[in-house]
Amino acid sequence: MSEEQQREWERRRKMRSIAIGLALAALVLLFYIATIVRLGGNVMNRPL
Amino acid sequence: MAELGIEMTSVRAANLAGASVGDFIALMKPRVMSLVVFTAFTGMMLAPGQLHPVLAGIAMLAIAVGAGASGVLNMWYDADIDGSMQRTAGRPIPRGRVSPEEALAFGVILAVGSVTTLGLIINWVAGGLLALTIAFYLFVYTIWLKRRTPHNIVIGGAAGAFPPMIGWAAATGSISLESVVLFLIIFMWTPPHFWALALYRARDYERAKVPMLPVVAGGAETRKQIVIYSALLVMVALLPALINLGGALYALTAIAAGGVLLALALTLNRAGDGRAGDRAARRLFAFSIVYLFLLFAVLLLEAVASRALSLTGAALG
Repeated sequence: MSEEQQREWERRRKMRSIAIGLALAALVLLFYIATIVRLGGNVMNRPL
Repeated sequence: MAELGIEMTSVRAANLAGASVGDFIALMKPRVMSLVVFTAFTGMMLAPGQLHPVLAGIAMLAIAVGAGASGVLNMWYDADIDGSMQRTAGRPIPRGRVSPEEALAFGVILAVGSVTTLGLIINWVAGGLLALTIAFYLFVYTIWLKRRTPHNIVIGGAAGAFPPMIGWAAATGSISLESVVLFLIIFMWTPPHFWALALYRARDYERAKVPMLPVVAGGAETRKQIVIYSALLVMVALLPALINLGGALYALTAIAAGGVLLALALTLNRAGDGRAGDRAARRLFAFSIVYLFLLFAVLLLEAVASRALSLTGAALG
């Protein structure tokens, strides 16, 4: 693999890693928002 | 030869560079995804249930990702066929940009993730239907029927017909006559749509040894079947108007667009083989997309208008 190909390979791997990271963060946010919408005010309604 | 050499070098360079994010998006068949999202959204809007807008957005996202998973798993299994067909040779797996193992893992993760998300956050009827759709597309259509019978797309078309039912189930948690009618429209639309494509791509399918109807039964029989299925489709497309799922505008659209579709199918039947036949097949294929879009767009428009009117009425009353 030439130096240029190596650089391109690393660039694509970095982009894939960023995409996976963003997708995971989006999933966390999605489940958080869904929980709030589903439970509404009941989020705080629990025995202490 | 020199051109081929350059081509091979660029393919090898692409392989060495690994897959880009765009290659993974291409695996999900974004154009098919957009049609799935549109029909599923229409099903959701037509349903009597009320879904919180945020939850509706999440449901649509899960359905879109589930459709993407079907595309990925289809491309994983069909990589050998895709490589030998002009239309699909440029896909990421035959090009060597994504390995079959990567595609399989990606598809399974998307399938499990989308079904789980839809089931947990929305309801398990919708989640179950999405799982059925993905499994039907992969196991029944891609693995079982596609390479064995010219009826592949008749039965396999069910996979593409499920999305409005999933959208309906997301809103109501159930399956009803109305959602089955939406299913039937896409189910009946699939054969004439794909056979029109198969007519002018027959050589491609023959080379890939896929027993599409024009390859197995010839052009004349395919054109006859297209006319029969188009006539059935035009009749099925009137059902929403009969069960009050669609209004007057829908009925008019279904009659007018159905007339055009039938006319194009009859023209194709008369055109025979050769260039004129290819042209007629291309015209029918292109119009079939417009036809389905029109039917669902008008249903959606009527549903949105009726909701807006009832909201206005509630606000004024």
